[in-house]
Amino acid sequence: MSMPKIAYVRTDEAPRMPPPVTETGVVGWVRQNLFDSVGNAVMTVLGIAMLALILPPTINWLFIDAVWTGTSRDACVVEGAGACWAFVNAKFAQFMYGRYPIAERWRVDLTGVLLIIGLVPAAIPRVPFKRETVLYLLVVFPIAGFILLTGGHVELSGSFWIGLAILAALSLAVVTLICRNAGIAPASPLKVVAGFYLALAAVFVVVSYDFGLRPVETQLWGGLLVTLVVAIVGIVASFPLGILLALGRRSKLPAVKLVSVIFIEFWRGVPLITVLFMSSVMLPLFLPDGINFDKLLRALIGVALFASAYMAEVVRGGLQAIPKGQYEAADAMGLSYWQGIGLVIMPQALKLVIPGIVNTFIGLFKDTSLVLIIGLFDLLGIVSLNFSDANWASPNTPATGFVFAAFVFWIFCFGMSRYSIYMERRLHRGHAR
Amino acid sequence: MTPASSAEREQAGGGSGASWFYNPRVRGIVFQVLVVAFLLGMLAYFAYNAKINLERAGIASGLGFLSERSGFDVSQSLIQYSNDSSYFRAFLVGLYNTLLVAVIGIVIATVLGFVVGIARLSKNFLIRQIATWYVELLRNIPLLLQLLFWYKAVLSVLPSPRQSLEPISGVYLNNRGLILPEVIGQPGSSAILWALLAAIAAAIGISRWARKRQQATGQQFPSVFVGLGLIIGLPLFAFLVTGMPVELDYAELAGFNFRGGVVIIPEFMALLLGLALYTAAFIAEIVRAGILAVSHGQTEAAYSLGLRPRRTLQLVIIPQAMRVIIPPLTSQYLNLTKNSSLAVAIGYPDLVAVFAGTVLNQTGQAVEVIIITMLVYLTLSLLTSGFMNWYNSRMALVER
Repeated sequence: MSMPKIAYVRTDEAPRMPPPVTETGVVGWVRQNLFDSVGNAVMTVLGIAMLALILPPTINWLFIDAVWTGTSRDACVVEGAGACWAFVNAKFAQFMYGRYPIAERWRVDLTGVLLIIGLVPAAIPRVPFKRETVLYLLVVFPIAGFILLTGGHVELSGSFWIGLAILAALSLAVVTLICRNAGIAPASPLKVVAGFYLALAAVFVVVSYDFGLRPVETQLWGGLLVTLVVAIVGIVASFPLGILLALGRRSKLPAVKLVSVIFIEFWRGVPLITVLFMSSVMLPLFLPDGINFDKLLRALIGVALFASAYMAEVVRGGLQAIPKGQYEAADAMGLSYWQGIGLVIMPQALKLVIPGIVNTFIGLFKDTSLVLIIGLFDLLGIVSLNFSDANWASPNTPATGFVFAAFVFWIFCFGMSRYSIYMERRLHRGHAR
Repeated sequence: MTPASSAEREQAGGGSGASWFYNPRVRGIVFQVLVVAFLLGMLAYFAYNAKINLERAGIASGLGFLSERSGFDVSQSLIQYSNDSSYFRAFLVGLYNTLLVAVIGIVIATVLGFVVGIARLSKNFLIRQIATWYVELLRNIPLLLQLLFWYKAVLSVLPSPRQSLEPISGVYLNNRGLILPEVIGQPGSSAILWALLAAIAAAIGISRWARKRQQATGQQFPSVFVGLGLIIGLPLFAFLVTGMPVELDYAELAGFNFRGGVVIIPEFMALLLGLALYTAAFIAEIVRAGILAVSHGQTEAAYSLGLRPRRTLQLVIIPQAMRVIIPPLTSQYLNLTKNSSLAVAIGYPDLVAVFAGTVLNQTGQAVEVIIITMLVYLTLSLLTSGFMNWYNSRMALVER
């Protein structure tokens, strides 16, 4: 049986036509994203006009007209010259290390390497040994960094050691007394207290040991080194205090809660600059005669107290996100308050607030630039200090220096904010439907 | 546990078998007493040291210095001030300057922030990218750096008064600042001010009445347009009726500088520019997050009820987004106010620069000066958070 041949019916499929040019490729994309309505077309034209106004002069100034090489201002005061990168080139080492002695700068580099060794495995979620890495970052690295940067060999007088010994003996006696009175075995609390003092003594021994490193005063520190030291010490020191304050704010004990709330709200309510003023002007008044902190340490204390209030609020957010059942489960297991917090609640809460901690760190990192107002030379401080160098004074020098400093800050902050977004996505994956 | 210790425990705990050590109430009280005693001890120690140190340095204490003659000049003042005025007057000058830059900064940052935040959600690729880069660029650079950039790299390299830029006739821009013509009111000009006040009062009244009527009858009234019309129209009407009693006093170049007109000092411009642009980037993110927080189902529900896109935005999306936006927005306002203290770095005479800077250096009374400065900011922040709590409780979802 064969089909009758009908001339006007096609037997084979017509070849497929490509979609209209206006719907695909560059043209289609432009139509859909830039000119899909009159309003959007107007906005696009306005946007292009804005870019045309800003971009060409900026690029010209930054790259095309810029002066890349030179040994003094003469290269940069040419008519029509753009950014004076020769200035940054000449001062680069100073921007990084400040006036840190050139022969000793390997110590700064080594500290940086030690930090990266700890930070990279801590930041990548897949790498195991998290507990060990964090321990390294919070205990080993600070001590090593302190010795490397300052030279160690802190002079601790005999009376200091005697004082420490008396304090240890007193603590042990008090603990024994309380245990006797309360009728519990004093062995394990005594072990904890003795271990604490032994660890403390070990740290002091290491710090006061003479490694043969040349001491470098903090007055000589500067540039990115100070920026990083202030930011990292601020965040690390604020961490334990912040956790305690967060627990205090959620405590059922009214006095503890009140003290925590007042402390947190006070530091959050005042600008960092007044805190820095306070630590640089008022702190020396509060200490007995003879005890004198150097400027950097005073700034660090102010920054750490300030940051701890913000950290406390971040941690509190994490604590509030832990369901009540977890607390009750910890109680039901017979764990004490601190055991429950340390083994059940905190590990979960801290994991939740990693993005918040990173964001606090970004804020602190930006705020470190304020130390220039109390006379420390962080990256921004040392860059502005160099504007007064007569050898490099030119109309474009300040702008170039600021653009360079802004670029360094931007790289750090932008990188960290991307990391925080990545962690946020990762943490939320469990809740995704 | 050794037998000896369990025997001890029984002895100490008495008949009930439990030691006081395990009684949560006793532990709580003991712990709190220890904390309070420790803090009080530390405070007392600090106060004692401070007293001795101050006595040794021969620095007076107390607030008596506030009434002494200040002896320094301030480059910008909203109130009458000279170097014969008291330190308290200087404090007020600083406080008003802080509030001035904060209020104007908040207005500009809010407008710019909302524009950029909405632009980040635009369907237009170019606009979205520009807004994104604006936010990412400004948010990740320290504010202090931005302030110094505007001050030292942009405004300081402007031409000298003789070669002033003149963007609009009568307005001059040079390295001494922005010079505007001064508005001088002739007799009768106060009527304009009264008209403005009356218009604002009327606008508030109308919007209240309109809301009440809408809740009762469902009928809407264009209260925003009518209110705006009143606020613009009534003063204009008064201006025309009273015979235009306002004159502009143009600045004139005299010698090396301008005479007359209103001068906006470059420090103020740099601070305002820096604060507004920086905070706007944060506000943009808040606005974007707020709008995204309203679920798409709300839009669909509004469409299915027959609302047009504009009405949906106005009646469904914005009211719900505002609930998310307002709390972080107030904390950004607070941040802007606190950040205005960076003025000290570029020499704008704000509270910190005048009071915690010059006055502290002259009197040496660090404790009093720093505490007063901190208290001012603390008061501002408590007022703001008080407002925020009030607003939150008013706007919070009422759940059954």
